[in-house]
Amino acid sequence: MIGRLASLLRRDLGLLLLGGRRGGTVLPLLFFVAVAMLFPFAVGPDPVLLARTGGGVIWVAALLAAILPLDRLVEPDLELGFFDQWALRGIAEEWIVVVRVLAHWLSFGPPLMLASLLAAALLGLDGQALLTVELGLLAGTPGLAALGVIVAALTAGLRGGAALAGLLVIPLAVPLLIFGAGSLATGGESGLALTGAVSLVLLAIAPFAAGAAIRAARG
Amino acid sequence: MQDCSIAATDLACRRGDRVLFHSLSLELQAGEALQIAGANGIGKSSLMRILAGLMPPYAGTVDCQGAVGLIDERPALDTHQPLGAALAFWQRIDGPAEDATARLGLSHLLDVPVRYLSTGQKKRAAFARLIGQGAPIWLLDEALNGLDSDAARLAETLAAEHCAQGGICIVASHQAFALQPMRRVELAEFAA
Repeated sequence: MIGRLASLLRRDLGLLLLGGRRGGTVLPLLFFVAVAMLFPFAVGPDPVLLARTGGGVIWVAALLAAILPLDRLVEPDLELGFFDQWALRGIAEEWIVVVRVLAHWLSFGPPLMLASLLAAALLGLDGQALLTVELGLLAGTPGLAALGVIVAALTAGLRGGAALAGLLVIPLAVPLLIFGAGSLATGGESGLALTGAVSLVLLAIAPFAAGAAIRAARG
Repeated sequence: MQDCSIAATDLACRRGDRVLFHSLSLELQAGEALQIAGANGIGKSSLMRILAGLMPPYAGTVDCQGAVGLIDERPALDTHQPLGAALAFWQRIDGPAEDATARLGLSHLLDVPVRYLSTGQKKRAAFARLIGQGAPIWLLDEALNGLDSDAARLAETLAAEHCAQGGICIVASHQAFALQPMRRVELAEFAA
């Protein structure tokens, strides 16, 4: 079983990581940096205002960037018949989802944290705020990855699934956004802890919710 | 080959508001073959998916001993990967097995991306995946579609060999599938 899951992870990473065919990484990153770059143009170059709002902008940009790869997370494998073949081999959908959440997070969490360095420079964040943003993203992006896979599974096979996925993710990601961006205002650990808690809840339900959605989509 | 059998009792299938067929029972022991025949849309593919356990029946039960391998219209191979790498993924999942690529005439295609393969070539690749899986129960859903006459004969030979080794073959097809001995079920007789 472990060997099979390792093979699945290898395939998922090959598809999702930089240069992979479902290239989840490059486009969302460029989008993320572009949003961070647009913001100073829109509100003006006042350094005090930018430093105060910059952390929140990074969080909103990260959330929007996480929506971009959703339509390629589950749908293509359903379409190509991979889920049927895995089911025939007795590999539970729940395990497949665990592997996919991990691969999806690796493909967008750490790259987003790296890109946040650039975004923080564009928005003029100081060192303390940058550290809080990075820790917040570390706590929050696993939850975003889990949420992404759940929503991708729920909308797979639906007409206009991609647009619907975006609409579904936004309200469900609000707790992550409130606690993650909120940790900047309070500068504190409580916000980070709550972000991590929301992430853990999402990670815990993702295998079951997405697994059930995939089985339903197959029927 | 491990001991295998598949039995279905009083199956009914519903798609949307329509009951496609009902009261269908069948039973196959090791070495037996069955063709499910019928016109398009009568429910052959749905029956195959019910037998494979991929779709719950509207009524009835399926009792299956042994692993099931399925070929349908989707080859489950990564389209951007070269054929060799796409098949290697399934080999890592299924474990070492007989390599049928040469026999299926795929040797010269192993470094061609799957998306450039023709329908028939993809079908042959699906047979390679099926043989590598080593499952005793084969469900072949329109498996001859897109195959040229030589490849179709080869598919029939592979199915015959599989049955001779104690496997089970269920073929859903509207065209003839030469395999002896093979029972035949006309799905139209069970239509609602």
